[in-house]
Amino acid sequence: MIQLEEIMTILSNEKIAADVYKMELSGNTELVSMPGQFVNIKVPGFYLRRPISICDYEPGKLTIIYKLVGNGTDAMSKMQAGDELNMLMGLGNGFNTELSGEYPLLVGGGVGTPPIYGLAKRLVAQGKKVSVVLGFASKQDVFYQEKFSELNENTTGGSCKVYVATVDGSFGTKGFVTNCLDEIEEISHYYACGPIPMLKALIAKLDERQKDIPGQLSFEERMGCGFGACVGCSIDTKSGYKKVCKDGPVFMSSDIVI
Amino acid sequence: MPDISTVLSGIKLDNPIIPASGAFGFGQEFARLYDINVLGSFSFKGTTLERRFGNPTPRIAECREGMINSVGLANPGIEAVISEELPELKKIFHKPVIANISGFSIDEYKYCCEKVDKEDQVGIIEVNISCPNVHAGGMAFGTSPDAAAEVTAAVKSVTHKPVYMKLSPNVTDITAIAKACASAGADGISLINTLLGMRIDIKRGKPVVANKMGGFSGPAIFPVAVRMVYQVYEAVKLPIIGIGGISTAEDVIEMMMAGASAVEIGAANLTDPYVCPKIIEALPGLCEKLKIEKLTDIIGKAHN
Repeated sequence: MIQLEEIMTILSNEKIAADVYKMELSGNTELVSMPGQFVNIKVPGFYLRRPISICDYEPGKLTIIYKLVGNGTDAMSKMQAGDELNMLMGLGNGFNTELSGEYPLLVGGGVGTPPIYGLAKRLVAQGKKVSVVLGFASKQDVFYQEKFSELNENTTGGSCKVYVATVDGSFGTKGFVTNCLDEIEEISHYYACGPIPMLKALIAKLDERQKDIPGQLSFEERMGCGFGACVGCSIDTKSGYKKVCKDGPVFMSSDIVI
Repeated sequence: MPDISTVLSGIKLDNPIIPASGAFGFGQEFARLYDINVLGSFSFKGTTLERRFGNPTPRIAECREGMINSVGLANPGIEAVISEELPELKKIFHKPVIANISGFSIDEYKYCCEKVDKEDQVGIIEVNISCPNVHAGGMAFGTSPDAAAEVTAAVKSVTHKPVYMKLSPNVTDITAIAKACASAGADGISLINTLLGMRIDIKRGKPVVANKMGGFSGPAIFPVAVRMVYQVYEAVKLPIIGIGGISTAEDVIEMMMAGASAVEIGAANLTDPYVCPKIIEALPGLCEKLKIEKLTDIIGKAHN
Protein backbone atom coordinates (compact mmCIF):
# COMPACT_ATOMS: atom_id res chain seq x y z
CA MET A 1 0.00 0.00 0.00
CA ILE A 2 1.33 3.42 -0.92
CA GLN A 3 0.95 6.60 1.11
CA LEU A 4 0.79 9.20 -1.69
CA GLU A 5 -0.12 12.01 0.66
CA GLU A 6 2.79 13.95 2.15
CA ILE A 7 2.86 17.10 4.26
CA MET A 8 5.72 19.20 2.93
CA THR A 9 7.19 22.29 4.60
CA ILE A 10 8.00 25.34 2.51
CA LEU A 11 11.67 26.35 2.71
CA SER A 12 11.44 29.26 0.25
CA ASN A 13 8.95 30.72 -2.23
CA GLU A 14 10.30 33.40 -4.52
CA LYS A 15 9.49 35.12 -7.78
CA ILE A 16 12.04 34.24 -10.47
CA ALA A 17 10.42 35.75 -13.61
CA ALA A 18 7.21 37.54 -14.60
CA ASP A 19 4.39 35.65 -12.79
CA VAL A 20 6.72 32.67 -12.25
CA TYR A 21 7.60 31.42 -8.76
CA LYS A 22 10.06 28.88 -7.44
CA MET A 23 9.16 26.98 -4.28
CA GLU A 24 11.52 24.73 -2.36
CA LEU A 25 10.07 22.31 0.17
CA SER A 26 11.37 19.82 2.69
CA GLY A 27 9.79 16.45 3.39
CA ASN A 28 9.64 12.89 2.15
CA THR A 29 10.35 12.64 -1.58
CA GLU A 30 10.82 8.85 -1.72
CA LEU A 31 7.90 8.42 -4.11
CA VAL A 32 9.49 10.59 -6.79
CA SER A 33 11.27 8.14 -9.06
CA MET A 34 11.93 9.96 -12.32
CA PRO A 35 12.16 13.48 -13.78
CA GLY A 36 8.96 14.68 -15.45
CA GLN A 37 6.66 13.46 -12.66
CA PHE A 38 4.38 15.91 -10.86
CA VAL A 39 2.81 16.61 -7.48
CA ASN A 40 -0.86 17.44 -6.85
CA ILE A 41 -1.13 20.18 -4.27
CA LYS A 42 -4.00 20.90 -1.88
CA VAL A 43 -4.03 24.70 -1.71
CA PRO A 44 -5.93 25.80 1.41
CA GLY A 45 -9.32 27.25 0.44
CA PHE A 46 -9.62 25.47 -2.91
CA TYR A 47 -11.44 22.24 -3.71
CA LEU A 48 -9.41 20.53 -6.42
CA ARG A 49 -5.71 19.97 -6.06
CA ARG A 50 -3.25 21.82 -8.35
CA PRO A 51 -1.01 19.57 -10.47
CA ILE A 52 2.50 21.10 -10.70
CA SER A 53 5.49 19.49 -12.40
CA ILE A 54 8.54 18.64 -10.33
CA CYS A 55 11.56 20.72 -11.29
CA ASP A 56 14.11 18.91 -9.12
CA TYR A 57 14.21 16.46 -6.26
CA GLU A 58 16.65 14.86 -3.86
CA PRO A 59 16.12 12.93 -0.63
CA GLY A 60 14.20 15.24 1.72
CA LYS A 61 13.90 18.14 -0.70
CA LEU A 62 11.63 19.11 -3.59
CA THR A 63 11.73 22.07 -5.99
CA ILE A 64 8.73 23.18 -8.03
CA ILE A 65 8.34 26.14 -10.36
CA TYR A 66 4.84 27.38 -11.11
CA LYS A 67 3.18 30.16 -13.03
CA LEU A 68 0.55 32.37 -11.51
CA VAL A 69 -2.42 31.56 -13.74
CA GLY A 70 -5.42 31.82 -11.42
CA ASN A 71 -6.66 32.07 -7.85
CA GLY A 72 -5.09 28.80 -6.70
CA THR A 73 -1.57 29.61 -7.86
CA ASP A 74 -2.06 33.20 -6.61
CA ALA A 75 -2.73 31.79 -3.12
CA MET A 76 0.36 29.55 -3.45
CA SER A 77 2.50 32.56 -4.35
CA LYS A 78 1.56 34.22 -1.05
CA MET A 79 2.64 31.26 1.09
CA GLN A 80 5.78 31.62 3.16
CA ALA A 81 8.70 29.62 4.50
CA GLY A 82 7.48 27.41 7.34
CA ASP A 83 3.98 26.98 5.87
CA GLU A 84 2.90 23.42 5.15
CA LEU A 85 1.38 21.99 1.98
CA ASN A 86 -0.44 18.68 1.60
CA MET A 87 0.49 17.06 -1.68
CA LEU A 88 0.17 13.77 -3.51
CA MET A 89 3.74 12.87 -4.36
CA GLY A 90 5.50 11.39 -7.34
CA LEU A 91 2.53 11.17 -9.68
CA GLY A 92 2.63 10.16 -13.30
CA ASN A 93 5.03 8.54 -15.69
CA GLY A 94 8.05 10.80 -16.27
CA PHE A 95 10.93 10.98 -18.74
CA ASN A 96 12.80 7.76 -19.45
CA THR A 97 16.51 8.66 -19.30
CA GLU A 98 17.64 5.26 -20.56
CA LEU A 99 16.54 6.09 -24.11
CA SER A 100 18.52 9.34 -24.40
CA GLY A 101 21.55 8.18 -26.40
CA GLU A 102 24.74 10.27 -26.21
CA TYR A 103 23.33 13.55 -27.58
CA PRO A 104 19.88 14.24 -26.15
CA LEU A 105 18.04 17.41 -27.11
CA LEU A 106 15.86 18.90 -24.36
CA VAL A 107 13.25 21.54 -25.23
CA GLY A 108 11.24 23.60 -22.74
CA GLY A 109 8.63 26.22 -23.59
CA GLY A 110 7.74 28.73 -20.86
CA VAL A 111 6.64 26.91 -17.71
CA GLY A 112 7.31 23.68 -19.59
CA THR A 113 10.94 24.36 -18.61
CA PRO A 114 10.97 23.11 -14.96
CA PRO A 115 10.74 19.33 -15.57
CA ILE A 116 13.37 19.72 -18.30
CA TYR A 117 15.83 20.93 -15.64
CA GLY A 118 15.48 17.82 -13.47
CA LEU A 119 15.93 15.73 -16.60
CA ALA A 120 19.02 17.66 -17.79
CA LYS A 121 20.63 17.28 -14.36
CA ARG A 122 20.23 13.52 -14.46
CA LEU A 123 21.39 13.13 -18.05
CA VAL A 124 24.51 15.25 -17.42
CA ALA A 125 25.20 13.11 -14.34
CA GLN A 126 25.14 10.12 -16.66
CA GLY A 127 27.82 11.79 -18.80
CA LYS A 128 25.54 12.74 -21.70
CA LYS A 129 26.20 15.67 -24.07
CA VAL A 130 22.98 17.55 -23.52
CA SER A 131 21.61 20.41 -25.65
CA VAL A 132 18.87 22.46 -24.02
CA VAL A 133 16.64 24.84 -25.97
CA LEU A 134 14.35 27.11 -23.98
CA GLY A 135 11.64 29.32 -25.43
CA PHE A 136 9.99 32.28 -23.73
CA ALA A 137 7.83 35.21 -24.82
CA SER A 138 10.20 37.93 -23.67
CA LYS A 139 13.27 38.68 -21.53
CA GLN A 140 11.15 39.21 -18.42
CA ASP A 141 9.85 35.64 -18.72
CA VAL A 142 13.24 33.94 -18.93
CA PHE A 143 14.32 31.80 -15.99
CA TYR A 144 16.79 29.04 -15.15
CA GLN A 145 19.07 29.41 -18.18
CA GLU A 146 22.03 29.95 -15.80
CA LYS A 147 21.02 26.92 -13.71
CA PHE A 148 21.22 24.78 -16.84
CA SER A 149 24.67 26.27 -17.67
CA GLU A 150 25.90 25.46 -14.16
CA LEU A 151 25.37 21.77 -14.92
CA ASN A 152 28.60 21.98 -16.97
CA GLU A 153 30.58 22.08 -13.73
CA ASN A 154 30.74 18.35 -13.22
CA THR A 155 33.12 15.44 -13.14
CA THR A 156 31.08 13.02 -15.20
CA GLY A 157 32.22 14.18 -18.63
CA GLY A 158 28.67 15.27 -19.35
CA SER A 159 27.87 18.71 -20.74
CA CYS A 160 24.91 21.04 -21.06
CA LYS A 161 24.77 23.58 -23.86
CA VAL A 162 21.93 26.07 -23.48
CA TYR A 163 20.12 28.01 -26.21
CA VAL A 164 17.37 30.52 -25.48
CA ALA A 165 14.82 31.99 -27.88
CA THR A 166 12.37 34.78 -27.12
CA VAL A 167 9.46 35.65 -29.37
CA ASP A 168 10.23 39.39 -29.26
CA GLY A 169 13.99 38.92 -29.50
CA SER A 170 14.68 40.70 -26.20
CA PHE A 171 16.84 37.79 -25.02
CA GLY A 172 18.80 35.19 -27.02
CA THR A 173 17.66 34.20 -30.49
CA LYS A 174 14.61 36.04 -31.85
CA GLY A 175 11.76 33.67 -32.54
CA PHE A 176 10.83 30.20 -31.33
CA VAL A 177 12.68 27.14 -30.04
CA THR A 178 12.70 25.82 -33.60
CA ASN A 179 14.92 28.77 -34.63
CA CYS A 180 17.72 27.38 -32.45
CA LEU A 181 17.76 23.83 -33.76
CA ASP A 182 20.12 24.46 -36.70
CA GLU A 183 22.92 25.27 -34.25
CA ILE A 184 22.76 21.77 -32.76
CA GLU A 185 24.92 19.23 -34.53
CA GLU A 186 23.84 15.89 -33.19
CA ILE A 187 20.51 14.72 -31.78
CA SER A 188 20.14 11.12 -30.58
CA HIS A 189 16.79 11.54 -28.81
CA TYR A 190 14.60 14.47 -27.87
CA TYR A 191 12.53 15.41 -24.83
CA ALA A 192 10.06 18.32 -24.82
CA CYS A 193 7.57 20.01 -22.54
CA GLY A 194 5.61 23.08 -23.60
CA PRO A 195 2.48 24.29 -25.35
CA ILE A 196 0.96 22.08 -28.07
CA PRO A 197 1.83 24.51 -30.94
CA MET A 198 5.47 24.38 -29.81
CA LEU A 199 5.44 20.57 -29.74
CA LYS A 200 3.89 20.45 -33.23
CA ALA A 201 6.43 22.90 -34.67
CA LEU A 202 9.27 21.01 -33.01
CA ILE A 203 8.18 17.65 -34.42
CA ALA A 204 7.79 19.14 -37.91
CA LYS A 205 11.23 20.79 -37.76
CA LEU A 206 12.97 17.66 -36.49
CA ASP A 207 11.25 15.61 -39.18
CA GLU A 208 12.68 17.90 -41.87
CA ARG A 209 16.11 17.40 -40.41
CA GLN A 210 16.08 13.64 -40.04
CA LYS A 211 13.19 11.20 -40.13
CA ASP A 212 12.31 9.21 -37.04
CA ILE A 213 14.40 10.76 -34.30
CA PRO A 214 12.83 9.13 -31.22
CA GLY A 215 11.42 11.47 -28.62
CA GLN A 216 9.33 11.91 -25.52
CA LEU A 217 6.73 14.63 -25.01
CA SER A 218 5.18 15.88 -21.79
CA PHE A 219 1.55 17.03 -21.83
CA GLU A 220 -0.54 19.28 -19.65
CA GLU A 221 -4.28 18.89 -18.97
CA ARG A 222 -6.86 19.99 -16.44
CA MET A 223 -7.08 17.16 -13.93
CA GLY A 224 -9.63 16.07 -11.37
CA CYS A 225 -7.56 13.66 -9.28
CA GLY A 226 -4.05 13.31 -10.76
CA PHE A 227 -3.82 9.56 -10.09
CA GLY A 228 -5.99 7.94 -12.76
CA ALA A 229 -9.37 7.69 -11.06
CA CYS A 230 -11.61 10.30 -12.67
CA VAL A 231 -10.60 9.98 -16.34
CA GLY A 232 -10.81 13.76 -16.67
CA CYS A 233 -7.55 14.14 -18.61
CA SER A 234 -7.78 11.59 -21.43
CA ILE A 235 -5.64 11.75 -24.54
CA ASP A 236 -5.99 9.75 -27.74
CA THR A 237 -2.85 7.83 -28.68
CA LYS A 238 -1.95 5.32 -31.37
CA SER A 239 -2.21 2.60 -28.73
CA GLY A 240 -5.63 3.71 -27.46
CA TYR A 241 -7.09 6.19 -25.02
CA LYS A 242 -4.66 7.08 -22.24
CA LYS A 243 -4.75 9.16 -19.06
CA VAL A 244 -2.40 12.16 -19.05
CA CYS A 245 -2.05 11.94 -15.25
CA LYS A 246 -1.26 8.26 -14.94
CA ASP A 247 -0.03 6.90 -18.29
CA GLY A 248 1.64 10.28 -18.92
CA PRO A 249 2.28 13.16 -18.61
CA VAL A 250 5.22 11.92 -20.70
CA PHE A 251 4.43 9.88 -23.81
CA MET A 252 6.64 8.56 -26.60
CA SER A 253 6.27 10.97 -29.54
CA SER A 254 5.72 7.95 -31.85
CA ASP A 255 2.58 7.13 -29.84
CA ILE A 256 1.06 10.59 -29.99
CA VAL A 257 -1.64 11.97 -32.26
CA ILE A 258 -1.47 15.79 -32.26
CA MET B 1 -18.72 -1.52 19.39
CA PRO B 2 -21.56 -0.04 17.30
CA ASP B 3 -22.77 -2.13 14.36
CA ILE B 4 -22.06 -0.14 11.18
CA SER B 5 -23.21 -2.82 8.73
CA THR B 6 -26.17 -2.25 6.45
CA VAL B 7 -28.23 -4.15 3.88
CA LEU B 8 -29.17 -3.38 0.27
CA SER B 9 -31.80 -5.72 -1.23
CA GLY B 10 -30.67 -8.64 0.91
CA ILE B 11 -26.96 -8.02 0.31
CA LYS B 12 -25.19 -7.36 3.57
CA LEU B 13 -22.53 -4.64 3.48
CA ASP B 14 -19.88 -4.41 6.24
CA ASN B 15 -20.44 -0.66 6.21
CA PRO B 16 -22.47 1.81 4.14
CA ILE B 17 -19.48 3.32 2.31
CA ILE B 18 -19.51 2.83 -1.47
CA PRO B 19 -17.28 4.85 -3.82
CA ALA B 20 -19.51 6.29 -6.53
CA SER B 21 -19.31 5.43 -10.19
CA GLY B 22 -16.93 7.68 -12.10
CA ALA B 23 -14.75 8.46 -9.11
CA PHE B 24 -13.21 5.03 -8.62
CA GLY B 25 -12.59 3.58 -12.08
CA PHE B 26 -12.52 -0.22 -11.77
CA GLY B 27 -10.77 -0.09 -8.42
CA GLN B 28 -7.18 -0.54 -9.61
CA GLU B 29 -5.93 2.98 -8.87
CA PHE B 30 -7.17 2.81 -5.28
CA ALA B 31 -6.07 -0.79 -4.69
CA ARG B 32 -2.48 0.54 -4.89
CA LEU B 33 -3.28 2.96 -2.07
CA TYR B 34 -5.26 0.84 0.40
CA ASP B 35 -7.03 -2.50 0.78
CA ILE B 36 -10.29 -1.73 -1.01
CA ASN B 37 -11.94 -4.70 0.71
CA VAL B 38 -12.56 -2.37 3.66
CA LEU B 39 -15.31 -0.76 1.55
CA GLY B 40 -18.98 -1.72 1.78
CA SER B 41 -18.91 -2.15 -1.99
CA PHE B 42 -18.10 0.10 -4.93
CA SER B 43 -19.86 1.21 -8.06
CA PHE B 44 -17.65 0.79 -11.09
CA LYS B 45 -17.13 3.28 -13.92
CA GLY B 46 -20.30 3.89 -15.97
CA THR B 47 -20.21 1.35 -18.77
CA THR B 48 -21.83 1.59 -22.19
CA LEU B 49 -22.12 -0.78 -25.15
CA GLU B 50 -19.32 0.88 -27.12
CA ARG B 51 -15.88 2.04 -25.98
CA ARG B 52 -15.97 5.82 -25.48
CA PHE B 53 -13.31 8.54 -25.36
CA GLY B 54 -15.87 10.86 -23.82
CA ASN B 55 -16.10 14.60 -24.42
CA PRO B 56 -13.24 16.78 -25.69
CA THR B 57 -10.79 18.11 -23.05
CA PRO B 58 -10.57 20.21 -20.92
CA ARG B 59 -13.33 18.50 -19.02
CA ILE B 60 -12.67 19.44 -15.39
CA ALA B 61 -13.35 22.79 -13.70
CA GLU B 62 -12.82 24.02 -10.15
CA CYS B 63 -15.81 25.35 -8.16
CA ARG B 64 -16.21 26.64 -4.64
CA GLU B 65 -16.50 23.48 -2.52
CA GLY B 66 -16.89 21.37 -5.60
CA MET B 67 -16.02 20.66 -9.19
CA ILE B 68 -17.50 20.30 -12.63
CA ASN B 69 -16.73 17.34 -14.85
CA SER B 70 -17.75 16.78 -18.44
CA VAL B 71 -16.01 13.44 -18.86
CA GLY B 72 -18.96 12.03 -20.81
CA LEU B 73 -18.96 8.32 -19.92
CA ALA B 74 -15.43 7.54 -21.05
CA ASN B 75 -15.17 3.76 -20.65
CA PRO B 76 -13.70 0.67 -22.36
CA GLY B 77 -17.12 -0.66 -23.49
CA ILE B 78 -19.08 -3.59 -22.03
CA GLU B 79 -17.14 -6.39 -23.76
CA ALA B 80 -13.77 -5.14 -22.49
CA VAL B 81 -15.20 -4.50 -19.03
CA ILE B 82 -16.35 -8.10 -18.82
CA SER B 83 -13.33 -9.74 -20.44
CA GLU B 84 -10.58 -7.51 -19.00
CA GLU B 85 -11.66 -5.31 -16.09
CA LEU B 86 -13.81 -7.73 -14.10
CA PRO B 87 -11.25 -10.59 -14.04
CA GLU B 88 -8.63 -8.09 -12.82
CA LEU B 89 -11.06 -6.72 -10.27
CA LYS B 90 -11.74 -10.21 -8.94
CA LYS B 91 -8.11 -10.41 -7.86
CA ILE B 92 -8.30 -7.32 -5.68
CA PHE B 93 -11.92 -7.05 -4.51
CA HIS B 94 -13.72 -9.95 -2.89
CA LYS B 95 -17.17 -8.51 -2.24
CA PRO B 96 -20.18 -8.00 -4.49
CA VAL B 97 -19.59 -4.99 -6.75
CA ILE B 98 -22.17 -2.57 -8.14
CA ALA B 99 -22.24 -2.52 -11.94
CA ASN B 100 -23.06 0.96 -13.23
CA ILE B 101 -24.62 0.78 -16.68
CA SER B 102 -25.47 3.60 -19.09
CA GLY B 103 -27.01 3.62 -22.51
CA PHE B 104 -28.18 5.64 -25.47
CA SER B 105 -31.22 3.49 -26.20
CA ILE B 106 -33.45 1.04 -24.33
CA ASP B 107 -31.83 -1.82 -26.24
CA GLU B 108 -28.36 -0.71 -25.20
CA TYR B 109 -29.34 -0.65 -21.52
CA LYS B 110 -30.89 -4.09 -21.92
CA TYR B 111 -27.88 -5.51 -23.72
CA CYS B 112 -25.38 -4.29 -21.11
CA CYS B 113 -27.53 -5.38 -18.16
CA GLU B 114 -28.05 -8.81 -19.65
CA LYS B 115 -24.26 -9.11 -19.92
CA VAL B 116 -23.49 -8.09 -16.34
CA ASP B 117 -26.36 -10.25 -15.07
CA LYS B 118 -24.15 -13.26 -15.87
CA GLU B 119 -21.27 -11.97 -13.75
CA ASP B 120 -21.12 -13.50 -10.25
CA GLN B 121 -19.12 -10.58 -8.90
CA VAL B 122 -21.96 -8.18 -9.63
CA GLY B 123 -24.28 -7.84 -6.64
CA ILE B 124 -26.39 -4.92 -7.80
CA ILE B 125 -26.95 -3.28 -11.17
CA GLU B 126 -27.09 0.49 -10.95
CA VAL B 127 -28.73 1.95 -14.02
CA ASN B 128 -27.57 5.46 -14.83
CA ILE B 129 -30.44 7.43 -16.35
CA SER B 130 -28.92 10.70 -15.22
CA CYS B 131 -25.63 11.48 -16.97
CA PRO B 132 -25.71 15.21 -17.77
CA ASN B 133 -22.73 14.93 -20.10
CA VAL B 134 -24.03 13.07 -23.12
CA HIS B 135 -26.39 14.58 -25.66
CA ALA B 136 -28.54 11.63 -26.54
CA GLY B 137 -29.77 9.27 -23.87
CA GLY B 138 -28.24 9.55 -20.42
CA MET B 139 -30.17 12.16 -18.54
CA ALA B 140 -32.96 12.22 -21.15
CA PHE B 141 -34.20 8.91 -19.68
CA GLY B 142 -34.05 10.29 -16.17
CA THR B 143 -36.03 13.47 -16.69
CA SER B 144 -39.31 11.90 -17.81
CA PRO B 145 -41.26 9.50 -15.56
CA ASP B 146 -42.44 7.48 -18.57
CA ALA B 147 -38.96 7.05 -20.04
CA ALA B 148 -37.53 6.20 -16.60
CA ALA B 149 -40.20 3.54 -16.15
CA GLU B 150 -39.54 2.17 -19.62
CA VAL B 151 -35.81 1.72 -18.93
CA THR B 152 -36.55 0.16 -15.54
CA ALA B 153 -39.00 -2.37 -16.95
CA ALA B 154 -36.70 -3.24 -19.85
CA VAL B 155 -33.74 -3.84 -17.58
CA LYS B 156 -35.78 -5.82 -15.05
CA SER B 157 -36.88 -8.13 -17.84
CA VAL B 158 -33.28 -9.28 -18.47
CA THR B 159 -31.86 -9.68 -14.96
CA HIS B 160 -32.61 -11.28 -11.62
CA LYS B 161 -30.10 -9.08 -9.82
CA PRO B 162 -31.36 -6.11 -7.83
CA VAL B 163 -31.74 -3.05 -10.08
CA TYR B 164 -31.12 0.41 -8.64
CA MET B 165 -32.07 3.35 -10.83
CA LYS B 166 -29.66 6.30 -10.51
CA LEU B 167 -31.63 9.51 -10.72
CA SER B 168 -30.82 12.99 -11.92
CA PRO B 169 -31.45 16.02 -9.70
CA ASN B 170 -32.06 18.11 -12.83
CA VAL B 171 -35.83 17.62 -12.68
CA THR B 172 -38.82 19.55 -11.34
CA ASP B 173 -40.19 16.69 -9.25
CA ILE B 174 -37.77 13.95 -8.18
CA THR B 175 -40.56 11.98 -6.48
CA ALA B 176 -42.46 11.53 -9.78
CA ILE B 177 -39.39 9.89 -11.36
CA ALA B 178 -38.73 7.73 -8.29
CA LYS B 179 -42.36 6.55 -8.18
CA ALA B 180 -42.28 5.71 -11.89
CA CYS B 181 -39.16 3.57 -11.37
CA ALA B 182 -40.73 1.89 -8.34
CA SER B 183 -43.92 1.00 -10.21
CA ALA B 184 -41.86 -0.42 -13.08
CA GLY B 185 -40.15 -2.82 -10.68
CA ALA B 186 -36.95 -1.07 -9.50
CA ASP B 187 -35.40 -2.67 -6.41
CA GLY B 188 -33.81 0.51 -5.18
CA ILE B 189 -33.00 4.12 -5.99
CA SER B 190 -29.57 5.79 -6.16
CA LEU B 191 -29.56 9.57 -5.97
CA ILE B 192 -28.37 12.14 -6.82
CA ASN B 193 -26.18 12.28 -9.90
CA THR B 194 -24.45 15.61 -10.60
CA LEU B 195 -26.23 18.93 -11.06
CA LEU B 196 -25.83 20.50 -14.48
CA GLY B 197 -23.41 23.39 -13.98
CA MET B 198 -21.07 25.75 -15.80
CA ARG B 199 -17.99 27.90 -15.21
CA ILE B 200 -16.69 30.68 -17.46
CA ASP B 201 -13.03 31.68 -17.59
CA ILE B 202 -13.30 35.48 -17.29
CA LYS B 203 -9.87 36.05 -18.85
CA ARG B 204 -10.83 34.24 -22.06
CA GLY B 205 -14.56 34.95 -21.84
CA LYS B 206 -15.23 31.28 -22.64
CA PRO B 207 -16.56 28.26 -20.73
CA VAL B 208 -13.81 26.44 -18.80
CA VAL B 209 -14.77 22.97 -20.05
CA ALA B 210 -14.78 22.28 -23.78
CA ASN B 211 -18.29 20.84 -23.64
CA LYS B 212 -19.43 24.16 -22.08
CA MET B 213 -21.50 22.53 -19.31
CA GLY B 214 -20.86 19.63 -17.00
CA GLY B 215 -21.89 17.84 -13.85
CA PHE B 216 -21.43 19.79 -10.62
CA SER B 217 -20.46 17.68 -7.60
CA GLY B 218 -18.70 17.99 -4.26
CA PRO B 219 -19.66 19.28 -0.78
CA ALA B 220 -21.53 22.25 -2.29
CA ILE B 221 -24.33 19.96 -3.53
CA PHE B 222 -24.73 17.99 -0.28
CA PRO B 223 -27.80 19.92 0.99
CA VAL B 224 -29.57 19.36 -2.35
CA ALA B 225 -28.81 15.64 -2.14
CA VAL B 226 -30.07 15.37 1.46
CA ARG B 227 -33.30 17.13 0.50
CA MET B 228 -33.92 14.85 -2.49
CA VAL B 229 -33.14 11.65 -0.56
CA TYR B 230 -35.56 12.87 2.13
CA GLN B 231 -38.28 13.45 -0.48
CA VAL B 232 -37.77 10.12 -2.24
CA TYR B 233 -37.78 8.23 1.09
CA GLU B 234 -41.30 9.51 1.66
CA ALA B 235 -42.41 8.82 -1.91
CA VAL B 236 -41.32 5.18 -2.37
CA LYS B 237 -40.78 2.18 -0.13
CA LEU B 238 -37.45 1.15 -1.65
CA PRO B 239 -33.91 1.15 -0.29
CA ILE B 240 -32.01 4.30 -1.21
CA ILE B 241 -28.32 4.84 -1.87
CA GLY B 242 -27.68 8.48 -0.95
CA ILE B 243 -25.15 10.28 -3.14
CA GLY B 244 -24.00 13.88 -3.44
CA GLY B 245 -21.16 15.75 -1.75
CA ILE B 246 -20.59 13.30 1.09
CA SER B 247 -17.09 13.86 2.50
CA THR B 248 -17.19 13.01 6.23
CA ALA B 249 -18.64 10.44 8.66
CA GLU B 250 -21.05 13.17 9.84
CA ASP B 251 -22.33 13.52 6.26
CA VAL B 252 -22.96 9.75 6.16
CA ILE B 253 -25.08 9.89 9.33
CA GLU B 254 -27.02 12.88 8.01
CA MET B 255 -27.70 11.18 4.68
CA MET B 256 -28.88 8.00 6.41
CA MET B 257 -31.16 9.99 8.70
CA ALA B 258 -32.66 11.52 5.53
CA GLY B 259 -33.49 7.99 4.37
CA ALA B 260 -30.45 6.37 2.77
CA SER B 261 -29.58 2.73 3.55
CA ALA B 262 -26.07 3.25 2.21
CA VAL B 263 -24.12 6.09 0.63
CA GLU B 264 -21.91 6.60 -2.38
CA ILE B 265 -18.92 8.91 -2.27
CA GLY B 266 -17.70 10.53 -5.47
CA ALA B 267 -15.74 13.78 -5.72
CA ALA B 268 -14.20 13.44 -2.24
CA ASN B 269 -12.14 10.45 -3.48
CA LEU B 270 -10.47 12.70 -6.03
CA THR B 271 -9.23 15.33 -3.59
CA ASP B 272 -8.42 12.83 -0.83
CA PRO B 273 -7.81 9.32 -2.21
CA TYR B 274 -7.96 7.90 1.33
CA VAL B 275 -11.30 9.51 2.27
CA CYS B 276 -13.34 6.26 2.25
CA PRO B 277 -11.13 4.29 4.66
CA LYS B 278 -10.91 7.42 6.84
CA ILE B 279 -14.72 7.64 7.02
CA ILE B 280 -15.05 3.90 7.71
CA GLU B 281 -12.57 4.27 10.54
CA ALA B 282 -14.36 7.31 11.97
CA LEU B 283 -17.90 5.86 11.84
CA PRO B 284 -17.87 3.62 14.98
CA GLY B 285 -16.56 6.45 17.16
CA LEU B 286 -19.11 8.88 15.80
CA CYS B 287 -21.91 6.33 16.35
CA GLU B 288 -20.81 5.94 19.97
CA LYS B 289 -20.80 9.70 20.42
CA LEU B 290 -24.33 9.93 19.00
CA LYS B 291 -25.45 6.86 20.97
CA ILE B 292 -26.20 4.89 17.81
CA GLU B 293 -25.88 1.16 18.51
CA LYS B 294 -26.91 -0.02 15.07
CA LEU B 295 -26.45 2.19 12.02
CA THR B 296 -29.53 0.74 10.30
CA ASP B 297 -31.66 2.08 13.18
CA ILE B 298 -31.16 5.65 11.96
CA ILE B 299 -32.30 5.12 8.35
CA GLY B 300 -35.02 7.72 7.80
CA LYS B 301 -34.83 8.90 11.42
CA ALA B 302 -35.40 12.53 10.41
CA HIS B 303 -38.92 11.63 9.24
CA ASN B 304 -40.24 10.70 12.68
